[in-house]
This record gives sequence, structure tokens and C-alpha cells, in this order.
Amino acid sequence: MARIDGGNYTALYKQEGSAEVITVAPFYSDKFQVNNQQFLNFTKSTTKWSKQNIKPIFAESTYLQQFELSNTEDIANQPVVNVSWFAAMAYCKAQNKRLPTLDEWEYAARASASHIDGSRSAEFRERILRWYSMPASAGLPNVSEGEANYWGVHGMHGVVWEMVRDFNTALVTGESRGDSALDKQLFCGAGAASAVDPSDYAAFMRYALRSSYTANYTLNSLGFRCAKDL
Amino acid sequence: MLCLIIDLGQGTSTATDIRLNIEVQLMREEMIMFDNVKQAVTLLLIAAAFMSGNQLNAKELPIEQAVLTAAPHVPPPITRDYSARMVVNLDTTEEIGRLADGVKYTFWTFGGTVPGSFIRVREGDEVEFHLNNRPDSKMPHNIDLHAVTGPGGGATSSFTAPGHSSTFSFKALNPGLYVYHCATAPVGMHIANGMYGLILVEPQGGLPKVDKEFYVMQSEFYTKGKYGDEGLQSFDMEEALTEIPDYVVFNGSVGALVGDNAINAKVGETIRLYVGNGGPNLVSSFHVIGEIFDAVYIEGGEMINRNVQSTLVPAGGSTIVDFKVDVPGTFILVDHSIFRAFNKGALGMIKVEGDDDLVIYSGKQDDSVYLPEGGAIQTITQNAPPPVKAASLAQRVQFGQRIYQQNCMACHQSNGEGIKGAFPRLAGSDYLLGNPKKSISALINGLSGKIVVNGESYNGVMPAVNLNDEQIANVLTYVLNTWNNNGGEITPNNVAEIRGGH
Ligand code: HEC
Ligand SMILES: [Cu+2]
Repeated sequence: MARIDGGNYTALYKQEGSAEVITVAPFYSDKFQVNNQQFLNFTKSTTKWSKQNIKPIFAESTYLQQFELSNTEDIANQPVVNVSWFAAMAYCKAQNKRLPTLDEWEYAARASASHIDGSRSAEFRERILRWYSMPASAGLPNVSEGEANYWGVHGMHGVVWEMVRDFNTALVTGESRGDSALDKQLFCGAGAASAVDPSDYAAFMRYALRSSYTANYTLNSLGFRCAKDL
Repeated sequence: MLCLIIDLGQGTSTATDIRLNIEVQLMREEMIMFDNVKQAVTLLLIAAAFMSGNQLNAKELPIEQAVLTAAPHVPPPITRDYSARMVVNLDTTEEIGRLADGVKYTFWTFGGTVPGSFIRVREGDEVEFHLNNRPDSKMPHNIDLHAVTGPGGGATSSFTAPGHSSTFSFKALNPGLYVYHCATAPVGMHIANGMYGLILVEPQGGLPKVDKEFYVMQSEFYTKGKYGDEGLQSFDMEEALTEIPDYVVFNGSVGALVGDNAINAKVGETIRLYVGNGGPNLVSSFHVIGEIFDAVYIEGGEMINRNVQSTLVPAGGSTIVDFKVDVPGTFILVDHSIFRAFNKGALGMIKVEGDDDLVIYSGKQDDSVYLPEGGAIQTITQNAPPPVKAASLAQRVQFGQRIYQQNCMACHQSNGEGIKGAFPRLAGSDYLLGNPKKSISALINGLSGKIVVNGESYNGVMPAVNLNDEQIANVLTYVLNTWNNNGGEITPNNVAEIRGGH
């Protein structure tokens, strides 16, 4: 795993009651996304998370469908996708790890190849945006192909979306999704007003995606990696 | 737990309650592995989602599947005189398509096209909307229909992850022509990538009958490369923020409404255009060159203005224009903020076939020298330059330049490169350079019908230009000796020969 030194960062959205600048404690992160082979091994040892046994409440019908569509050897080193948040939580737990928090993930993902915070670099942003604006139809690269950032963590951008532990923190507060203030921010023009950096479109997209799924969803382009306390 | 039970209280079917209770029991067991309340809440929300299908109170309206069409086509008028439950099935897609010749772009679409499918319902209909986000999408999408009365115009209820499908219903209360668009953050980018379209809520009793209806939607694209730069272009955030687009187009790409894709009509027909503006930023000064709109439904609403030349279409707004085509010819649709038309692509064509009506439009009847009253006052003519005859090739080129700027540049552009898909290039044109004399007749008589210039075909109309032999000789000589063209000279005698021989 890679050690991520603690530090401060400014979240895209300033939530009510939360500090403007968020302090992230040091933690360990997997260098790579979990790949298909690793996840398959897990479902063999913990069979209730296998395709056959998983309860519908924990994953949609497209759970792990890549194993039905391709040869396992061909996709062994690709990031595992079509995996639900529940399954990802269970996987990390089985490794004595956990999913990173949203703040941890965003903090680590700001690092460019050479800087702890690359997010002010237009070029760094552009590169991230380019991936977001390409259709997902092309095949996935192997996890090892993702570029390493300052911390030695590979492929945080440009491979797949990644899950975080508290992906819907913002939206599940309040009594109804539809009325929560953040929900409005995400959908309406008003969003720009409370977003700390309205031109960080890439971050906007990650927040939008995170609030579009629930914990049983299995998406074609959503994978994960695990984290661990020091 | 309590909150879940309250939620379920609204359900009517006991069978579902029981099923749900079982699910909840199951979850209780599993929940032990999750370590805080938030995750439990997530589970409960999922359970509630299982239920939600039950909460639609289906009314006893006849069910109809909405016809969806891609621009420039419009679904047929609705003739029934009762309300229906209109079922709309719309996919959101992300795919690479053509923005201009040689230029590609990753479009995000409603229904696989830009602009998105045209939806037509009747005032009072209940619309059951299914928004399906394709599994190979990367982005979540949703839809905000301006025809919806309700929070976000459906945006919150239709927020859909890749590979999922959302259903919501609304009642079409207000007649009119409405824009719909994606409203997922970052909204500007979803719109800039092509996520908009039109929904017509036809008034009860319908709109006045016309012969032909078409769907035209303007929008802009902000690309990393400049206008015409080849290859797959990506979205340019900086340009979008400063509102300086590279492309302003009708129906999603340069040339989507010209040449073989032009709108066709016959003399005497009445045409209705449903015009929308997806933006994301610019307001359109919509105009059809050579036509006057008989009726404009201002901003797509109920108020009608008559005899209008240009009408404003706000970003995120619409207009309906009706006009009768009385004479044959090609009528050009433009955004009359005119550099957008000639330099960024906002150009379309309506080709009208049929017989001339010389009373309505005569064509050029006479060309004579204009002598203002009091022509005897010599000061004016004394200051005016004497009629010039070019004495050398260099002079011919020099005089020709001015004529070019005044008569040709609007279409063929100052760099002679024309506008792909509308006006052919003169710089390096094999058509022109292969036989320059052929173009003399094009200038004297005008040119129409299909021609091929450097492998691209054009089927446009160049009007005859009103220039004398000397002027035609000068302008063509200028063209032949500019932009690395291979030189040569056309003399007034060459022109006279062709004029005489005609
Ligand atoms: C209203 C727009 C317009 C104007 C003004 C105009 N043209 Fe054209 N021109 C066209 C169109 C359209 C065509 C192609 C006609 C077709 O498709 O048959 C064309 C074709 C040509 C061609 C032959 C095709 C080629 O690319 O070599 C030449 C030469 C030409 N124009 C020269 C001129 C010159 C010189 C002037 C000014 C005196 C001029 N045009 C003014 C629209 C225009
Ligand atoms: Cu969208």
C-alpha cells in the first residue's frame, strides 16, 4: 500500500456545519484498484458474495456480469466493475482494510505526478476531463497501466470511477433526497454558488455520479480500491 | 426502522408489505456487518425503492406510446379529442459523432441524436416518462422538461445512473413548445455536449393546419480546436465560460440542414418550424433569408405576432414560426447575428420547388445608370473616382480585390476557403482552376445544381452578380492570383465573348 501523508484540502461543497478546510489524517491506500482476479478469489472463499449466492438486496442482476461476458484470464488484471458498494465493503473488510472515505479519496486524487495538489494546474484538470468525456464503450486497461501520482497511487483518474465509503453522505442527510439542499445544488444552476470552485468540472462530475447510485448498484465503469488506517 | 414503516404506510398492497417485511428481516441480519446508522439508512432507502412502483396511482386513461422523431422531422399532429396517458421512452447515450466534415465530437444525447427526439403530447395528457441511461454511459443523466410543473421539471425524479432507468409522470398542463435538457451537474457541460430537445404540448383543439412541419434547434459547441480543426475534438471549458463558441449550428452539426439534408417544400405550401435554442449560452436572432414569418408564436407560447423578419429565441427557449412559400428558390435559415452563420455554421436551407410568380418576385428586371436629381451639381462627380480600366495585371488584381470584398466575401470568405457544406472554396478550387472560363458564365448567369469542388459536393445557389465585363475580369483575376492559386488573367474581352455567346 502507499502511505498518504495527512493534510488539508478544500472540499468542492461546503456542507452546513462542516469546516471550510477539511483535515485528512494520514492513511494507507491500495496502489491499484482491486482487479477481477482478486475479487473472484474473494467470492470463492466467501461464497455468499458470489454471483450465485448474493442476495438481490445487496447487488443488482448485472453483478459481476463481466465474468459471463469474457474469459476470466482475459480480464484478470482489469479493475473489477459491476460490483456493488456492499460487496466492496465486504471485500475490503475481508482484507482487514476498508473503503477510503470521500475526503480521503478526493484528497489523494488531487495529487498529480509531481505535486501533492495538482488541482490548480489547468493541464492536470484537462487530462482528467478528457477521460470523463470519452464514451465508456472501449475496453478497460489493466490496473497496473494507470499512471502513478505523487503518493505512488496508480490510476485514480482515467481508468474507472471509484467507490468511497460515504458516497452519499451529503444526500442521505435530511428527510428526503429530493429536498436536501445539496441535491438542489447538484441539479440546478444554484450549484455554482455554493461550490467552492465552480470551474472544477471534474469534481462536479464525481459528486454527481456518487449521488446517482445507491449501495446495491452495479455499474460498468465503477470499481474500487481499499484503504487502511496507519 | 420507524421511518421506514411510516413510508410504507402509503403503500396499498398488503402483499407487498409482507414481502418487504421479509426483506427487512433479511437485512437486519446482514446489517450487523455494517457499522453505522448511515449505512442502515441506505439499506432502508433501497427497500423503499423496491416499493416505489406501487405508489403510482394509475388513472384510467387510454395508454398511447409517444412517437419520437429525430430532427428535422416532427411527429404527426394529434387528432384525438380526449386525454391519454402518453408513454415516452427516451434513452440517454454518450457517443462519438460528426460535428463538421472531418471533425468528431463525443456527444451526450437524448435518443441518440442532437438535438434530442421531438416529443409531442396534447394539453391535458398524462405523460409517463421513462428515462433510460445506457449501460455504456459514464455519466449519470436526468431530464428537466420545461413543460413540467413541479420541482426541477422532473430533474430530481429522473436522475439516473449508467445502466439504469427512471420513471416519473407529469400532467401536461400548459400548451406550448418547450425545451427539455439534462440538468445533471455540471449542467453547462451536459448541455454543451448536446443534451437538449423539444417537447410540444399541443393545445386542445390543435394548432392551425399547415402543409409541412419541421424541427430546427440551434446550439453551440466549444471545442479545443478551432472551427474546422480535424479529428476528435474535446470540450473546452474555458471557451464555454467565456461564451465564445467555435461552432454555432442548427440540428447538431455543420451542414445538418444544407445540400441533400435541406428542408424541401413546394410553392404554395405553408411551413411551420418548431425552433428551439439549446444554448448553452447564446440567444439566437432567428431569420430566414428571403421570407417573412406570417405568424410567430412568441417564445413558443400563445401570443402571436405577424409579419416578422427575425425573432429572438432565448437559450433554453423556443419559437414557432409559420410562413407560406410563394416563390421557388433556396431560402437560407440563419442566426442573423451573422458571423455565426457565415463563420461558425449557423446555416440551413429550405429548397422550394415550383413555378415562378413574377408578380411576387420578379428577379432582376432592369439595370441602368442611376443619375440623382440635380446631377448637374458637379462637385459629387468631380470627387468621385473616374471609371477605371486596369492597365496591367497587377492593377487588375488590385481592383479585383475591392470587388471581391464587396461581392463575394460574405459567402466565399476573406481567405477564399468558403464554408464547408455551404459555400465552396475558391482557394485551390479544382473546379475553378481547372477551367477558369467556366466560372465567367457562373458569375454572369449565376450557378446552381450539383457541383464537386475538391471532392466535396455542393448543391447550392450562387446568384448572378451584377457586375460589368471589366469588373468580372478583375475579380476573377484577383481570385486566380491570390491564396496561392496558380495565376492567370481574365480580360474584359473574355467576359464579353461569353456574355455575347450566351
Ligand atoms: C450568396 C452567396 C455567394 C456569393 C455572394 C458568391 N458566391 Fe460564388 N458560389 C456560391 C455557391 C453556393 C456556389 C456553388 C453553387 C452550386 O452548388 O452549384 C458558388 C460557386 C462559385 C464558383 C465555382 C465553384 C468553386 O468553388 O470554384 C466560383 C468560381 C465562384 N462561386 C466565384 C464567386 C465570385 C468571384 C463571387 C463574387 C463576385 C461569388 N462567387 C459570389 C455562393 C456565392
Ligand atoms: Cu446529462
